[in-house]
Amino acid sequence: MRTETEMAMSAGVSLGALRKGAQAEIIALDESAAVTTLDVGELERRLIEMGLVEGARIEILHEGFPRRDPIAVLVGDSTIALRRAEANAVMVRRLKD
Amino acid sequence: MPKDDGISIRPAGPPRIALVGNPNCGKTALFNALTGARQKVANYAGVTVERKEGLFVSPGGTRVKVIDLPGTYSLRARSPDEEVTRDVVLGRRADEEVPEAIVCVVDATRLRLNLRLVLEMKKLGRPVILALNMMDEAESQGIAVDAAELSAALGMPVVPTVAIRKDGIQPLLDQIDRTLQVAKSEGLAPKSAPCGWSEPSARDLRDYHVEVETILAQAVGRPSRPHLATRRIDRVLLQPAAGLAILLMLLFLMFQAVFSWARLPMELIDGGLSAVKAAIDAGMADGPLKSLITDGIIGGVGSVVIFLPQILVLFLFIQILEDSGYMARAAFLLDKMMGGVGLHGRAFIPLLSSFACAVPGIMAARTIENRTDRIATIMIAPLMTCSARLPVYTLIIAAFIPQRQVLGGWVGLPGLVLFALYAAGILSGLLIAFILKRTVLTGAREPLLMELPAYRLPRPRNVLLGLYERARAFLVRAGTTIFALMVVIWALASFPAAPEGATLPAIDYSVAGMIGHFLEPLLAPIGFNWEIAVALVPGMAAREVAVGVLGTVYALSDSGDAMRHSLAGLLAHSWSLPTALSFLTWYVFAPQCIATLSVVRRELNSYWWPTAMFFGLTSLAYGASFATFRVATALIGE
Ligand SMILES: Nc1nc2c(ncn2[C@@H]2O[C@H](COP(=O)(O)OP(=O)(O)O)[C@@H](O)[C@H]2O)c(=O)[nH]1
Ligand SMILES: [Mg+2]
Repeated sequence: MRTETEMAMSAGVSLGALRKGAQAEIIALDESAAVTTLDVGELERRLIEMGLVEGARIEILHEGFPRRDPIAVLVGDSTIALRRAEANAVMVRRLKD
Repeated sequence: MPKDDGISIRPAGPPRIALVGNPNCGKTALFNALTGARQKVANYAGVTVERKEGLFVSPGGTRVKVIDLPGTYSLRARSPDEEVTRDVVLGRRADEEVPEAIVCVVDATRLRLNLRLVLEMKKLGRPVILALNMMDEAESQGIAVDAAELSAALGMPVVPTVAIRKDGIQPLLDQIDRTLQVAKSEGLAPKSAPCGWSEPSARDLRDYHVEVETILAQAVGRPSRPHLATRRIDRVLLQPAAGLAILLMLLFLMFQAVFSWARLPMELIDGGLSAVKAAIDAGMADGPLKSLITDGIIGGVGSVVIFLPQILVLFLFIQILEDSGYMARAAFLLDKMMGGVGLHGRAFIPLLSSFACAVPGIMAARTIENRTDRIATIMIAPLMTCSARLPVYTLIIAAFIPQRQVLGGWVGLPGLVLFALYAAGILSGLLIAFILKRTVLTGAREPLLMELPAYRLPRPRNVLLGLYERARAFLVRAGTTIFALMVVIWALASFPAAPEGATLPAIDYSVAGMIGHFLEPLLAPIGFNWEIAVALVPGMAAREVAVGVLGTVYALSDSGDAMRHSLAGLLAHSWSLPTALSFLTWYVFAPQCIATLSVVRRELNSYWWPTAMFFGLTSLAYGASFATFRVATALIGE
């Protein structure tokens, strides 16, 4: 897991940085990259429970207002809304901008 | 008392099944289809989570109890609602027997997310039936789910259902019979495996996902695709500028409807109550009993029940917004802005509802999962100007604010003052939320992790059943707690009775009058005279009651509108303008409503918060009135 996380960090793309229309594949979850007041490990588990798990294909469908936050992300067959602060924990590989 | 082994000796009584599933998978629709109107809503002890139970007779002739558990994505509970779901299926609740069977409801168009919970449920070692709901939509989207394959892969019976169609639940009913038969034949020693569930780690959750993918590959011919119509609609409704404009328009419409649609029924209720009162007046000898019935019960409880039409219209809108899937979008659109003061996007609806009446507003705060977010929302709900304050505002405005056009003749001064009163409430509410979230209600900021469900046309039957439930809950409340409180306040305002040949109004001799006189020196610095102080006590029953009491203390014999007119004239002569402004300010902030305080107590299951609300808002009201009175006096003189 460590190495995967490091790979993602070096690629440096998190879901939280993507813009509307971007498509990507999730490669790792890294809580430490997100701002959260939840207990350690909690955000990761919640993300997985909502389908944001390694290997899932995602697409950013909508952005909120102001500051393009939160975002609505298509994950598999459902649409998940989340804030960019938490989306930063999701490391992705870009497929299309 | 954890009973994790799942072996318990059943008390006599019908077998029970529990409905479990992700939010929006159609659990409530299924529950309604199973039970029709034979349902009962109560609260789980100690938490304000609704406990919905119903009864139906299976095709095999068995009476079955069914409970609709709060929707969840995981048995790892994250909110009081989800805790109830977890504890019931694990048999950890003392007040709820372990159900004989669990019906896991999944949305067939979103199996990827839904099946993960099913795998978790399987670990419980209890009989589980999988209801593949929304099969109509799955079919029209061309998703080919093979129920037999799915059943083989999951090791549990799988039945397709369409909860919104008359014949859509027959396979489920038949399966319930079969499952209960097996459970019964196993009798007191169920063969069900011991509970193998423990809180899953991140690794377990990932494993579940891998397993789901394998199962999907096996059992679903054509993979599901995102709902196209929903995507198209969202392109407009979630577009930042247009989306917000549409949301505001919707809210405006809702607000308008609350006041305009409800006017006629409210007048009818008012008329009905007055007629009953008049009949009793004519037919009964004067005395404490008559006063209790007319002033205490009809006057007190009636003043709350009169809001029923508004509450119904409000809940009608909320129910439709929820069932259609729009509510999650509203939270999405407002999350960032509400987040500015530390509130959750979902806080918006409770606050908006509070403009009609804080009681349903506070009840609507149940949709906020995080407790600190919910407390913050509830604490500022009374600052949203409820419609009970309108009679007070209009009375004082009519008496003191001249009918003058301002801002180049565009707006009238009275309207402007009314607007300022509303704005003062909203702004101070947001400010208080901000302060609360920075100080006492710190703690985790709940992530906004929610699904945006597909848009669906709300079904009249489900909307009506939901509405009926809420109306019932409100009336039960008005008939019990609020009734009792009203009687207490009536007693305070009626006893001891005025002595023979009394010259002052009767209320002056009562406990309420004494409290008023006692409070007078305390209230003098904010410009209140003793008449106001006396009116404040019965005003606790319902804000607008204060108008009537002012009429009484100023010894007016008129009633209704006539009284209001002459009272306005009288007040204009006997109060100074600073006093009037101070009184208005007081009404913006003061927690002048016992029904609100009691619903806060119940919803938060705490005496601390309503107490804090009472003293906090009273101090705020005092401070603000003091400032208003002093500034106004300095500017315009006494
Ligand atoms: N087309 C279709 N819609 C359904 C079905 N079951 C429920 N719905 C709709 O889905 C929405 C959410 O259902 P609800 O029962 O409130 O879901 P819950 O959150 O699980 O209780 C409502 O608008 C229902 O009318 C179904 O089988 N087919
Ligand atoms: Mg439901």
